[in-house]
Amino acid sequence: MNLSRRRFLKIAGAGAAVAATATGGLVALGRSGAAAAPRERGLRTVPTFCDVCFWKCNAIATVRDGALWKIEGNPIDPLSNGRLCPRGTGGVGAVSDPDRLRTPLLRASVRGEERWTAVTWDEALGYIAEKMQDIKAKYGPEAVAMFSHGLGGAFLKHTLKAYGAINLAAPSFAQCRGPRDVGFELTFGEGIGSPERTDIANARCLVLIGSHLGENMHNSQVQELAEAVGRGATIIVADPRFSIAASKAKHYLPVKPGTDLALLLAWMNVLVAERLYDQDYVAAHGFGFDAFAAAIASYTPEWAYPETGIAPEVIRETAREMARHRPATLVHPGRHSTWYGDDAQRSRAIALLNALLGSWGRKGGFYTPASMTVPGYPYPPYPRSGRAKVDNPDHKYPFASEAITTGIRDATISGQPYPIKGWWVYATNLLQALPDQAATIEAIQQLDLLAVVDVVGSETAGWADVVLPEATYLERYDDLNVELFRQPFVALRQPVVEPPHDQKANWWIARELALKLDLAAFYPWTTIEEYLDHRLRGAGLSLAELQTKGLVRGAPQPIYYEDGVPPTFPTPSQKIEFYSVQLEQKGFDPVPRYTPPDPGPPGAFRLLFGRSPVHTFSRTQTNPILAQAMTENELWVNASVAQRLGLATGQRVRLRNQDGVRSDFAIKVRATEAIRPDCVYMVHGFGHTAGMLRHARGRGASDAQLITAYKTDPLMGGTGMNVNFVTIEQEA
Amino acid sequence: MSRLAMVIDTRRCVGCQDCVVACKTENQTPEGFNRDWITYITKGRFPTLSMSIQSERCNHCDDPPCVSCCPTGASHVHDFGGIVLVDKDECIGCKACVASCPYDARYMHPDGYADKCTFCVHRVEHGQDPACVSVCPTHCMYFGDLDDPESEVSKLLASRKHYSLLPEAGTKPRIFYLE
Ligand code: SF4
Repeated sequence: MNLSRRRFLKIAGAGAAVAATATGGLVALGRSGAAAAPRERGLRTVPTFCDVCFWKCNAIATVRDGALWKIEGNPIDPLSNGRLCPRGTGGVGAVSDPDRLRTPLLRASVRGEERWTAVTWDEALGYIAEKMQDIKAKYGPEAVAMFSHGLGGAFLKHTLKAYGAINLAAPSFAQCRGPRDVGFELTFGEGIGSPERTDIANARCLVLIGSHLGENMHNSQVQELAEAVGRGATIIVADPRFSIAASKAKHYLPVKPGTDLALLLAWMNVLVAERLYDQDYVAAHGFGFDAFAAAIASYTPEWAYPETGIAPEVIRETAREMARHRPATLVHPGRHSTWYGDDAQRSRAIALLNALLGSWGRKGGFYTPASMTVPGYPYPPYPRSGRAKVDNPDHKYPFASEAITTGIRDATISGQPYPIKGWWVYATNLLQALPDQAATIEAIQQLDLLAVVDVVGSETAGWADVVLPEATYLERYDDLNVELFRQPFVALRQPVVEPPHDQKANWWIARELALKLDLAAFYPWTTIEEYLDHRLRGAGLSLAELQTKGLVRGAPQPIYYEDGVPPTFPTPSQKIEFYSVQLEQKGFDPVPRYTPPDPGPPGAFRLLFGRSPVHTFSRTQTNPILAQAMTENELWVNASVAQRLGLATGQRVRLRNQDGVRSDFAIKVRATEAIRPDCVYMVHGFGHTAGMLRHARGRGASDAQLITAYKTDPLMGGTGMNVNFVTIEQEA
Repeated sequence: MSRLAMVIDTRRCVGCQDCVVACKTENQTPEGFNRDWITYITKGRFPTLSMSIQSERCNHCDDPPCVSCCPTGASHVHDFGGIVLVDKDECIGCKACVASCPYDARYMHPDGYADKCTFCVHRVEHGQDPACVSVCPTHCMYFGDLDDPESEVSKLLASRKHYSLLPEAGTKPRIFYLE
């Protein structure tokens, strides 16, 4: 525990004085002229694409009598097939969100107190530009870093790269899918990508390991899961919690948390020992199979039993079931995979299990995404920096394939290898996304500038020097979405309605900032329409066409080996690496090896977290429609444990973790048979402390607050976060 | 005549609440009230468990107690498809229908009238599916005419095991769940 963390609690607990005096005047300023327009009548539809999560489903919004009414899937969209997920359907609530940021805000007292002065865009961007020029003069442009999530950060990244910034990262790597992608890259030479290249639609056997599709609502994935269930595909689920997906499974394996790798090794052991694996596929494409087989020979189901709690005959039966359906057996790689710190190796084991089943490249396994080309805009080259990036000094994490957010945070705290003095944060709530909130605050306190762009005032915005209110995705253009999928497409996001207050589109913010930084040469275009039309014309399309259709699909291409995709593996051996020489050379296990997880303090429960189908991260809790669907999260506690502790469903409790951190807010107990007795579970994204999130503040508990410990993946720098333990304290 | 009905495949349903959210936006129901909802029932002892998930709403019963008890005729069976509807201008807010519904499908709208699922009659009359059916990402819901043996709903009911809620209430519900 350090002082900044206590201070955070104090400030959060005090409730915040939000927003400022001059708002009304500024609103009028930003909307001058709008009042004169005649009121629109009747129905109008506008194609665009969703931004409630990163899946980017194509949609059609309907405006009735001038007001946004609803949004539905675009029938020609390969991602949504004309059907959005509940978050997408409820996305219209983003526009009417009562907690939207309305005007630029400048910090008016100490950081984190959330006292603001409302300012004009000119003042806000002028302030930022001046700070950025100061930082550049004193420390060099590399001292300004950026954290972002999603497509919307594209133009800000462009401005910052033009300024000379090189330290740009997204939590989607080191706090989410990074280990998975690295595990697959080490094995097949390619990652999984997004949308995932998983062919669930054609799988005859689907294996989910902790992946809770159906609660995790990535639209196409869930649609295909339902399709697979409807077709009678065999579903195998390993999860400490009886998830929705588990309820669809033929085999539910209530695996002990942190032991998934033992289960994976035992499955592979069975496939090899019983010679059930795809021998032709392995002979044709595998490298180092014999050494691999020797390395896993001791991982028998009997060995795995005490580790995982899964009986040997169940392990054998499920392995045989997988073999029966191969190559249409898909062992799903998951997405959020930063769990225990050995995650890249666990993901590599998933990759190897798929390799044994011959599913990579094959129908019902992993397809090869089809692509189309839409050239970028011809910008001048960015300035070259003589300095290395700070996030991964000396390639400490040799297999990190993207920048590490927590590495930038560490460098900001230590000032090593060089000082980081400015942070731009776009549409990501670092305090909820990164483990160890105290460290994030400590880093923020080293900064000369923290600028946050967002739609609502997150915890991170609460610590900012300048908060810039962004127009929602239904009120702005964004960069094009050029999607790799079964069939590629290019899609347009375009405004459906006007922003209600003084909010601005990210492209406008980025361009204005560039002008203030004397970087006009990097913005040869003046309007976003000009930029988009230029890019689209490079692909033989036009903005007018996309404005009407929303998306244009590229030519279908073969996506399976059996249809003519050549099997290529861009690994050092040009083969599927059952044995990894590059891992060995860097001092890591060439074949995944199991280490038992830390059991945690006696009497404490491992804290697990996951997703709800009606919320995205910590970003949607004030959306009035989605908030009605789920207002607060619950603490899943095994029914017998609850009985022993005298806890009843609906009762409010606080949690205290191994480091003594107590949850700010109480959370309702959900006593249920549907979870193991050694862990508790909650949906991520609740328990907001931000004063500006008036309609979400204090509702439920925040897992992020309790994730003070994390275990860093030595291969790629991912932060394993399922290593925290809590005790349950009854509210007086 | 037609008898419109809904068939819901509980195997495909993941309980994501898209039907609930879509109803809310389509019909602009007041804050805190829903015309449809999901029930999740978990049975068994860990780890030998089963779960059933049901998207529920007004059953548009063939024998609707809410209609027979209505003193003004506001609660009525619509000519089109036998949809059970409330004429809010005729409703005096006596709540008799709310109490009579065995499915708890009705609520009092803050504006003083009884409200509930309309099978999205404003869409259905134009040949569209109800909003909940049309958005469902799992394609677990089907809508059509029970009196037409060729309709998808009739064929599904003829070919698959199914159940309805509280058949013992004798209301002859028209929402069916495939097992
Ligand atoms: S999955 Fe849902 S939230 Fe994500 S883009 Fe698609 S509709 Fe929107």
